[in-house]
Amino acid sequence: MDLQTLTYIVVGFTFALYMGIAVWARAGSTKEFYVAGGGIHPVANGMATGADWMSAASFIGMAGLIAFMGYGGSVFLMGWTGGFVVLAMLLAPYLRKYGKFTVPEFIGDRFYSRGARIVAVICLIICSVTYVIGQMKGIGVAFSRFLEVSYDTGLLVGMFIVFFYAVLGGMKGITYTQIAQYCVLILAYTIPAIFISLNLTGNPLPQLGFGSTLVGTDVYLLDRLDQVVTELGFAEYTTQVRLSTTNMFAYTMSLMIGTAGLPHVIIRFFTVPKVKDARSSAGWALVFIAILYTTAPAVAGMARLNLMSTIEPAPGQHLAYDERPQWFKNWETTGLLKFEDKNGDGRIQYTADTATNEMVKVDRDIMVLANPEIAQLPNWVIALVAAGGLAAALSTAAGLLLAISSAISHDLLKGVIMPDISEKQELMASRIAMAVAIAGAGYLGFNPPDFAAGTVALAFGLAASSIFPALMMGIFSKRINKEGAIWGMIGGITVTLLYVFQHKGIMFIPGTSFLGGMDANWFLGIEPNAFGVIGALVNFGVANLVSRLTAEPPEEVQELVEHIRVPMGVTEAHDH
Amino acid sequence: MAFKSEEDAKAYWKENVSLMVKLMVVWFVVSFGCGILLVDVLNNIQLGGYKLGFWFAQQGAIYTFVALIFYYSRKMGALDRKYGVHEE
Repeated sequence: MDLQTLTYIVVGFTFALYMGIAVWARAGSTKEFYVAGGGIHPVANGMATGADWMSAASFIGMAGLIAFMGYGGSVFLMGWTGGFVVLAMLLAPYLRKYGKFTVPEFIGDRFYSRGARIVAVICLIICSVTYVIGQMKGIGVAFSRFLEVSYDTGLLVGMFIVFFYAVLGGMKGITYTQIAQYCVLILAYTIPAIFISLNLTGNPLPQLGFGSTLVGTDVYLLDRLDQVVTELGFAEYTTQVRLSTTNMFAYTMSLMIGTAGLPHVIIRFFTVPKVKDARSSAGWALVFIAILYTTAPAVAGMARLNLMSTIEPAPGQHLAYDERPQWFKNWETTGLLKFEDKNGDGRIQYTADTATNEMVKVDRDIMVLANPEIAQLPNWVIALVAAGGLAAALSTAAGLLLAISSAISHDLLKGVIMPDISEKQELMASRIAMAVAIAGAGYLGFNPPDFAAGTVALAFGLAASSIFPALMMGIFSKRINKEGAIWGMIGGITVTLLYVFQHKGIMFIPGTSFLGGMDANWFLGIEPNAFGVIGALVNFGVANLVSRLTAEPPEEVQELVEHIRVPMGVTEAHDH
Repeated sequence: MAFKSEEDAKAYWKENVSLMVKLMVVWFVVSFGCGILLVDVLNNIQLGGYKLGFWFAQQGAIYTFVALIFYYSRKMGALDRKYGVHEE
């Protein structure tokens, strides 16, 4: 069977599965729509959280990034996993005990202020929308590459699938679908990795193979990789620092607390029955995430080695362009791989020197997708990778859309604009909000704004500098009051935004840096993507200062803080 | 809340925070410590084909994170029972 047919069968089968689950898991109440009824087993919730968390960026992008960043890429590995430790110990159990539906709702109640709730809704919508654009693009790209339909058709099909199970089932439908999607994406990620690890090292576990010797030699894979890249003038793979140690520190910390502050991850912990389950569920989520995240660096290193040794099998012996393998040709037609015969010898020279380098373009995103082809794996594995990429993008998109729609229907509509609507009306409103959110995200997917690429950093920066500190102080301090929280969030966001805008232009319009003439990364050499942690520090500082200068929070709020610190007397996630 | 006394409530929270701080120290040491600040020193030690600092940054920190959350979850369960504030 040819690859095309096989891919259609595998992807079609997974889609039928998601639709079947949607019909089976319809939501009948707002509680089912927002928190899946609050009865999800912690292991199941962990798996759903894993799929929710691992996006197209984790599945397709991350290993490619690491392949070219080497050791510097560790910031993503540690940042996107270490955040769950922060979440499990500082936030999840307490927010579960509080037992409401959304993150802004907690901020509004704890800081006894509608203003704080609205500020939180705005932060939530900005970080989720910037994030969802990336997923929509991922869906379109995966379809167009594997199923040879246009980007727009692919996006439409993806929107239809998400629409079907998210509008019908809400959190309940999304949770059960995400469990299925986790299984698809983890198989699709690990199977090629196992094959490749076996080919190179003879060890089936990529985590061990990455630290083993190459088949038939006593040279360690990593030593060989270091040698190959340095010979061509690239930085040594295992010691290549990202800008500076300070920058790596800030980057990792920003990603960690940004992870812990992202609303679509936090709301997952409202779906388990007990406080105890919220703690263990975070552990299970990280187990399921760690399977991919410990495989990714091995995939990255092995892909880089495979790429290099295909082009230059032995030192000084360059691959003739006419003899290039099929995958090379396939990716050339997509424009993601480009060769330019600068010295006219008909052979491929790949070096770090831009004057002589002939691989003028190697898009990082192709590393995971091309990996099975480079390693000459059977067609069904390649078909599975397509289904896995789609599962990763769909599951994250659905989780984000739920966070957006519940903020609109529950926090804005029910909480602020029309507090008197009935449960049935709210359920209808949440379905409509979901449909509108999908249409909006789809629109942004068809017409990605110019600044789309620059805003992903903003999602983490915003979550780290606004939502995370507000939640943490709300739980661990009784003294932080309404004024402190609001000014802290505004201060943290502003500082982060200003730093990003100063580098990338106001609202990402190039050339509008208002503080023109400043050096790049002027603050301690920290790049804008890593600045969330500084924003968070500003937030903590401002909130503490302002709170000390203004009145203490009222008695009942201090009692609320006491209440959420103790598991007993758990309230089920409910309305009021 | 079902604490026997005000002191119990204070003691419970104190033990909770102290457990959390200890585990956050481990969290910090394996990632920011071994993976970033001390990476050059640790890279002088080999773990199979891995340089040790590199291994912490790309493998070891993640394994430790998983263990930390389960340890925390178990310890907190025991603490809840000790003070009689666990869920039914």
